[in-house]
Amino acid sequence: MINWFKFSAPSTFYPLAGKLVPVFWLLAAIFGAIGLYIGFFVAPTDAQQGEGYRIIFIHVPASWMSMFIYCVMAFWSLLGLTFGTRLSGMMTTALAPTGALFAFLSLWTGALWGKPMWGTWWVWDARLTSELILFFLYLGYMALHAAIDDPRRADRAGAVLSLVGVVNVPIIYFSVKWWNTLHQGASVSLTKSASMASTMLWGMLIMALAFWAYTLAVALMRARAIMLEREANTEWVKHLPDIRRAA
Amino acid sequence: MKPRQKRFALIIGALAVLGTAAALVLNAFEENLVFFFTPTQVVSGEAPKHRAFRIGGMVKEGSVQRDGVNIRFVVTDTANDVPVTYTGILPDLFREGKGVVAQGKLDDAGKAFKASEVLAKHDENYMPPEAQHALDKAAVEKASKTLK
Repeated sequence: MINWFKFSAPSTFYPLAGKLVPVFWLLAAIFGAIGLYIGFFVAPTDAQQGEGYRIIFIHVPASWMSMFIYCVMAFWSLLGLTFGTRLSGMMTTALAPTGALFAFLSLWTGALWGKPMWGTWWVWDARLTSELILFFLYLGYMALHAAIDDPRRADRAGAVLSLVGVVNVPIIYFSVKWWNTLHQGASVSLTKSASMASTMLWGMLIMALAFWAYTLAVALMRARAIMLEREANTEWVKHLPDIRRAA
Repeated sequence: MKPRQKRFALIIGALAVLGTAAALVLNAFEENLVFFFTPTQVVSGEAPKHRAFRIGGMVKEGSVQRDGVNIRFVVTDTANDVPVTYTGILPDLFREGKGVVAQGKLDDAGKAFKASEVLAKHDENYMPPEAQHALDKAAVEKASKTLK
């Protein structure tokens, strides 16, 4: 069995992350190129919406990622509060800006689609409002974390916020089922077959993979920077090949 | 129990309490979270009488009458119908047989709906025009069979 706790030490995680970052950048580039090609050139025009529907190739994967990243942050926070591992807080902090980016992309592309299709940029229905709250939760996490000087205390406060906020994620996901909303129901779900043409679906899934790879790449890069910053005075950082070369 | 197990149990317990609280609050707000009322709710008098609200449903086939920018149509949920009048420009996706959400008020008699804003509601189906044609053809064939 793999000793997972070994990787929760920044000194072992740092070089591992360094090896993984280029791999995930490459995957993001490949999947992104294929996904966008399918999205723009292969997927057929929609019968009702014409070409404007093509925004789903960004909108849907971005919305999925915004919800998923928050769940991952909550997971790390739970580990951090329970075991007191240093890595957990670093990973949560590293993920937050990317989650905020995806939440913003989801809201922005949705508004661009909503104007021509619905006839309005924005409505206060349950789906849109709960996604906006998610965006504010990300911003709130970053602000709270930045406001506390002691990193360990900042991690703990942030962990509590992200665990409290995770209640919002199922609300976003099921809002279109629980209430009458202007936003349409899910086209893709685990319980029924997708109600969209298969090339459209493939384009969307490949774009989702590209966003996954991108998230892993930037989050690991950010986590590495945070590790160096916080552990600057430790032995393992002083003995890093990159640091010794620079000194 | 080890301290770490105790902490874990405490966090899970707190989350469960929080989740229950959120569920109760959302349940209490149910009515305000409803973005629109269905024609059945309007006909049965559940919708507000003298206050603006939204009505949502399908645009009934063959019900749209245009006179310049003055538009009349019927919103239906197949069980009940509500006639709607509107003056203005309709969104691109406004079609007969498709979803619509209109903001406005009921008239004094409480029968007809005067809309100040009309939004199209898209469904979760995304398909190329060929697939839509095939579906339409199948529907027409089915209808002609039932007529015979």
